[in-house]
Amino acid sequence: MKDNNRFRLDTWGAITLAVLGLYLLFMVYPLGNLIKMAFYGDNGFTLDNFVKFFSKQYYSSTLGNSFKVSLAATITSLLVGVPMAYFFAMYRIRGKGLLRILIIISSMSAPFVGAYAWILLLGRNGVVTNFLQNLLGISVPDIYGFNGMLLVFTTQLFSLIFLYVAGALSKVDNSLLEASENMGCVGVRRFFTVVLPLITPTVLAGALLVFIRALSDFGTPMLIGEGYRTFPVILYTEFVGEVSQNKGFASAIAVIAIIITTVVFYAQNFVSKRKSFSMNSLHPIEPKPLRGVKGILVYVFCYVVVGIAILPQVYVLYTSFKKTSGTIYVDGYSLDSYINMFTRLGSSIQNTLIIPVVALVAVVLLAVLIAYLSVRRRNALTSTVDVLSMVPYIIPGTVVGIALVTSFNHKPLAFTGTMFIMAMALVIRRLPYTIRSSVAILQQIPITIEEAALSLGSPKMKTFFQITVPMMSSGIISGAILSWVTMISELSTAMILYTGRTQTLTVAIYTQIIRGNYGIAAAMASVLTVITVISLLVFNRFSKNGEITM
Amino acid sequence: MSQITIKNAVKRYGSTTVISGLSLDIRDGELFTLLGPSGCGKTTLLRMIAGFNSIEGGDFYFNGERINDKEPNKRNIGMVFQNYAIFPHLTVRENVAFGLKNRKLDRATIARETDRFLDMMQIRQYADRLPENLSGGQQQRVALARALVIRPDVLLMDEPLSNLDAKLRLEMRQAIRDIQKEVGITTVYVTHDQEEAMSISDTIAVMRDGAIQHLGTPRDLYQRPGNLFVATFIGRTNILPGELRGGALVLPSGYAVEAPDWQDIPDQKVQVSVRPEEFVIGPAGAAGIPGTVVDSVYLGLNTHYIVDIGLEQKAELIRESTIDDEVVPGSQISLTVKREKINLFDQQGEHNLLRG
Ligand SMILES: Nc1ncnc2c1ncn2[C@@H]1O[C@H](COP(=O)(O)OP(=O)(O)OP(=O)(O)O)[C@@H](O)[C@H]1O
Ligand SMILES: [Mg+2]
Repeated sequence: MKDNNRFRLDTWGAITLAVLGLYLLFMVYPLGNLIKMAFYGDNGFTLDNFVKFFSKQYYSSTLGNSFKVSLAATITSLLVGVPMAYFFAMYRIRGKGLLRILIIISSMSAPFVGAYAWILLLGRNGVVTNFLQNLLGISVPDIYGFNGMLLVFTTQLFSLIFLYVAGALSKVDNSLLEASENMGCVGVRRFFTVVLPLITPTVLAGALLVFIRALSDFGTPMLIGEGYRTFPVILYTEFVGEVSQNKGFASAIAVIAIIITTVVFYAQNFVSKRKSFSMNSLHPIEPKPLRGVKGILVYVFCYVVVGIAILPQVYVLYTSFKKTSGTIYVDGYSLDSYINMFTRLGSSIQNTLIIPVVALVAVVLLAVLIAYLSVRRRNALTSTVDVLSMVPYIIPGTVVGIALVTSFNHKPLAFTGTMFIMAMALVIRRLPYTIRSSVAILQQIPITIEEAALSLGSPKMKTFFQITVPMMSSGIISGAILSWVTMISELSTAMILYTGRTQTLTVAIYTQIIRGNYGIAAAMASVLTVITVISLLVFNRFSKNGEITM
Repeated sequence: MSQITIKNAVKRYGSTTVISGLSLDIRDGELFTLLGPSGCGKTTLLRMIAGFNSIEGGDFYFNGERINDKEPNKRNIGMVFQNYAIFPHLTVRENVAFGLKNRKLDRATIARETDRFLDMMQIRQYADRLPENLSGGQQQRVALARALVIRPDVLLMDEPLSNLDAKLRLEMRQAIRDIQKEVGITTVYVTHDQEEAMSISDTIAVMRDGAIQHLGTPRDLYQRPGNLFVATFIGRTNILPGELRGGALVLPSGYAVEAPDWQDIPDQKVQVSVRPEEFVIGPAGAAGIPGTVVDSVYLGLNTHYIVDIGLEQKAELIRESTIDDEVVPGSQISLTVKREKINLFDQQGEHNLLRG
């Protein structure tokens, strides 16, 4: 047989080329186009766009704003998520299972729904605000701007840290803790000297994800940011701006965004490379019962945090059943919001189901193929595919949207405004995650199993589909469900790409919120939550260990 | 049925050459064992025969047909992997039937053949279980059945018994031997356990650093090892310095032995391999190598002695236990050798002078 780690034009070679072609066409070309637009004006090469950005306070301040709020959100998410995961691993806590599910649900919902719910609760006319104001005379701190964004990001993104760290802690061997206890190192000191160093790489990976999510989130700053403008906001407004459309300038902002996330990505990689080691636990940590004041504090912490995290969902669900008159809520309950919802939905429910389903099929197929190429056929071309596939991981959704829209708006590649391009955007953005989880699954499967099939006369592709894929299937299915959930709550790319015909549920919710149709928005958001919860229940059935990989 | 010929096989991983120009012939129907220390290239060679490793040089033939560029799935080989490589998502029966299905046989034949081999391996009662519920020995039998049922031309086994406990290993060793003889299939067997190799093989190739050191029957290997490495790798042995002078071997302390076979060998310094059972203990003062017993271990049938004969390395010897053992630690004795059994190597230990 020939060398598997050298390029050959067999079936796998052809697949490599096809995948590479797809990436070149749908990612490299649009991004290249974006960069070109940023640097080329009507009169050839120019840095005007960049000069404009950095010389006007109005624009350049968004850099600092984005950075500040993302960094703050990362820190607060760590401060909440790490202890939470640690408590869950170390102690027996009643209702742990339920809390875990609630955390996952809150992590899976669209951030802007959270922002909207917090406005209803703590905003200028929020229920809590009015309650405190009228009854106790206390005025609530301003929820708009930095504070509100921090609140929304933290309550939603701490769950990512929690899930990451919980996964890492499940791989820490109990004997390590016992050994340090033997040497007289317990409690907080043990956490900082033994546990934290072990999970540092995971904590850093989670922190990166939180940072990038916060930095690229579009819906939250639009709704709750008000004067506190961040990057994705001006990117969006410059791009779709009704007053003046300046594609070159928007592209320049996009390029700056890419540079920032790339730098952060490499910085994180650099730090965690030096600290990473692999762990494998034979004896997972055994949770201990909680007693005394410490016990009460741990309980209060866990329940309060989860309560706050899930509050937006619950409140939105509640308001969806309230009676409305026009755009304002009135006393009493009804299903009117749901009934009215259908008149406004248009085809967005179908779109929310069809587009992600199409994207999901493509994501799963491509991810499995790419994972196979990069694990079993390492060569220069597959490595290139590998690197390319990871690029979207650090590119904000708004940027992906702009790149696609501007690159595919004329013949022969006039995809703008079609469902195809919306699905394509989801595929590109979701692939890095699915590839990574598929690679992890594949690495667990010894290559000899495939060789056994080959030696028994099974052709290469048949072996792949009959042996390799079924062995990967439970992992693939649970990964696919998670992808699905994130796809249906996606907003930033859809906002750029949608047209009347391809509007999705998240876009519809956003539009209704902007128009002040809070009842209808709440009903739609509740529908989205229900779909999410059902999907997660299905996920739980398929997932072997319930581990969530984002 | 098949005969395997390898000519000048070369295997490189990057810039390191693991096998450089290895040639061998495997006869039709024999059980051929590749034996050697860890890392010597056994698995590499086996996987080249199977078609899972690229071949950087040389030619591989099955029955005279060159197979270098034949895909693994076209070679008609049965392979038993070290970790069994059972398909975890298929039942035992589906595992065994897998290869037959690829051969597009009709249902009835597939069912009949599958059952036949399930019976032969005594795993019929587990046929509908998933492999994860089977013990190591049972999984191994599934792997064997799966490899044999396709009636391969060649059966390849890579340390198939290494994961089993001692008792099961003995049982399975016998089972493999029986089935191989019954089916009469050319088999290449890889192991680093020399006892396993001796008990199971028709022919053994002892490998070191990607090269064959000695190829022969178990008896040949033990009695007339091709070089010093083989002598020390197969069984235990004592290496003594000596010198040949006019057909007589002079051992340390001046003890000289003569044997008719040695007459034609030119005078030279030699290394002498004397296996523990090739020493004979005589009373102190008799002709032989004088020594002091340092330790003795009674093992029932045999007794084991460690004797200081004035060399850096103490001599190890073994003899059938006697009723009252008068050779206790501290005793002075004299050692002679069974001249027809011992082996003489050149000074470098590269050639056995008795192998012509
Ligand atoms: N994929 C590989 N890349 C680089 N070197 C390799 C690779 N596979 C094996 N080697 C090297 O080739 C040599 C032979 O390896 P091989 O696995 O054939 O040994 P072996 O005789 O089967 O050993 P063992 O008894 O431990 O299984 C070793 O030095 C090993 O390090
Ligand atoms: Mg090996």
